[in-house]
Amino acid sequence: MRPLKTLQKLYDEESQVVITEKGSPPRALFYGENFLLEDLPVGTRVIFPRPPLAGVPNVKAAIRWAINHPEDMEPLHALLRPGMRLTCVIDDISVPLPPMATPDVRQSILEVVLELCADSGVDDVHLVIANALHRRMTEGEMRRMVGQKIYDAYYPDRYYNHDAEDPDGMVELERTPCGTHVVAVNRRVAESDLVVYVNVNFVPMNGGHKSMGTGVTNYAGLRAHHNPKTIRSSESYMEPSRSELYRRNERVGKAIDKHLKVFHIETSLNNRMFGPGVDFLHKKEEDYTEGDRLKLHGMRYALGKLPRAAARKVLNSIPAPYDVTGVFAGATEPTHAKTLEKSWQQYVVPVQGQSDIVIFPIPFISPYSVNSVLNPLLVQVMALGYFFNLNRGVPLVKKGGVIILTHPAFDEFDPVQHPSYIEFFNRVLPETRDAMEIEQKYEKEFAENPSYVHLYRKGNAYHGVHPLYMWYWGENGRQHVGKVICAGAENNHVPALLGWDRTDTLTEAIEEARGFMGRSASISLLRIAPTVMVDVK
Amino acid sequence: MPAAKAAFYDVDGTLVKTNVVHVYAYYAMNRGSILGIAGRTLATAASVPLFAAMDALDRKTFNEFFYRYYAGLSEDRLVAIAEDMFEDVLKPALYEQTRDLIDQARRAGCRIVLVTGALDFSMRPLARYLGADDMIANKMQFVGGKANGKVIPPIIEGANKANAIRSYCVREGLALEQCHGYSDSASDYAMLSVVGRPTAVNPDMRLRSIARAYNWPILDLK
Repeated sequence: MRPLKTLQKLYDEESQVVITEKGSPPRALFYGENFLLEDLPVGTRVIFPRPPLAGVPNVKAAIRWAINHPEDMEPLHALLRPGMRLTCVIDDISVPLPPMATPDVRQSILEVVLELCADSGVDDVHLVIANALHRRMTEGEMRRMVGQKIYDAYYPDRYYNHDAEDPDGMVELERTPCGTHVVAVNRRVAESDLVVYVNVNFVPMNGGHKSMGTGVTNYAGLRAHHNPKTIRSSESYMEPSRSELYRRNERVGKAIDKHLKVFHIETSLNNRMFGPGVDFLHKKEEDYTEGDRLKLHGMRYALGKLPRAAARKVLNSIPAPYDVTGVFAGATEPTHAKTLEKSWQQYVVPVQGQSDIVIFPIPFISPYSVNSVLNPLLVQVMALGYFFNLNRGVPLVKKGGVIILTHPAFDEFDPVQHPSYIEFFNRVLPETRDAMEIEQKYEKEFAENPSYVHLYRKGNAYHGVHPLYMWYWGENGRQHVGKVICAGAENNHVPALLGWDRTDTLTEAIEEARGFMGRSASISLLRIAPTVMVDVK
Repeated sequence: MPAAKAAFYDVDGTLVKTNVVHVYAYYAMNRGSILGIAGRTLATAASVPLFAAMDALDRKTFNEFFYRYYAGLSEDRLVAIAEDMFEDVLKPALYEQTRDLIDQARRAGCRIVLVTGALDFSMRPLARYLGADDMIANKMQFVGGKANGKVIPPIIEGANKANAIRSYCVREGLALEQCHGYSDSASDYAMLSVVGRPTAVNPDMRLRSIARAYNWPILDLK
């Protein structure tokens, strides 16, 4: 008889993988602003997210403990000097998804840090949102992120979005001899005696050197790693040791650490993405109660009857009741190593072998569409950029295999947040889908377009170059797979422009994929959301 | 080597909050004699509803009609008062973000060109202030040093703005498809269509709907 410890380990490792049998229930799959309820072929491997880890019992106590016992640095209180210039750099609204229920963990961290600053005579404090080339956060979003009290005290003079296009707002720290690679950061950050980075680690690719190397730099700085060549060389974005993207960020981050004193505070969250009322979405369908089934059907009916914009509004208005599972502080690398460990503990599910066909259900939200529309380019980046990379080193889908995604692929863009995406989709993609060619021919033009620069700086738009980054982001997925099928696409032209096939239903998509890979092709479903990562053995 | 390009800006309503009537009103109120001021100011005020109706009907007709009001004003006085008019009328009416918008275009390597239906002498101080490289504007005919109320054809408005931009690009060796155009009004639809990168700025209802239909960026300049 196996010892209890081994049995426990087996249970932990295997329980998130279910092989579909004849009597298996249909699966509830995200399909944009609604759900599909689909029977999958017998033998399909369904990979479920791990149940949420327990949160720390007292978040503020955990924050205090972390900043008093940091990794490879002195405690925060020992770094503070009266009259010094301090800047808190904060992760933006792209994490976590959906936005977490208030108080946001960033608010909790800032409440502790700012109180400590005040007690230590540090009054020259600015809060800078590390939005890089992401859109500026709105006043309402900024208020929600840090709470009314901090907002009232700091906004707008001392609490603001980073502006990567401010000609006087950037400082170049280093430049390679050939001048192609630049390490540049926000001027206020560069001229601070101490920088405190407030991080939310939603997935393992967040945090570490990426925080400063990406968050407060400009287009010239990002070019070092946001390019198709780097993406093609990255085996997984989620595992630093196999990510060229992270390696390049690391080089930039180390240069920043050489010039600036940065105290990182990183936090890991659990998987509790859905609150009361919709928490059945955490469960395997096998474990649904009658009530859960009723709720799912009711939700599908209601969302189906609502106009898409209203359904989106409803879904966006449900905050995620994430719990904080760990707070780590100190120098960049040792702090991030601890965060990664915790993050993997929550997300990683071991699985045996790759699959010929992998199904990704695409939800209504992405890091770049909070309070906006998941446009076709973002659907692309969710499938080929993020979900394809939710692994430790080896992708779930075999080389040359098929990815099936479930999304209506509607031709809808938000002109406020994504104006340059519209031009990219309608002008560039009909001409070429080759990321290298796109970089050569169009990147500079989109990056420098004065209208897009203006909309980024003064409006709430993503930078002109951002749609190109979204296309690059999908590059290693595109290079790896043999075919992508969009199941349930409501039109022909969006999948065609993205270089995909389309079918009306998931069943037809599986049939087509089997036609491509053979009748005995293995199938896996990554049952997202909540977040799940695979460790393919 | 990338092709040379320019950014063409309409002025009234796009870069400044005012329009040609404000400019003329300033001249009317600085006529030099009490009788002159009273006469021209009252006539202008009384004509405002007519201006509005004509502008709504057709911009070209409005311009031709409107510039007749300049008849009899001396050239040297118009030029001399332009500097004060800029300080008193145009400069305070500039949108705060106008300079940023123009600086961004300059940093992107664009030549800055103002394209306006206003009269050239009234716009010169503004062009200088904004650092514009060039200006395409209407020119008043002067006879014996006095304006005769007629503009040297072709009058810069509507389709003629597009023609003027096209000719300018040919003359200066600019790639029209790389050029940017900025306007607030549907009457500049031709100007926006002719450039490769059109943008609507604080657009009227018609232009907003055109911009939405053609996926042109829309800026709300403040």
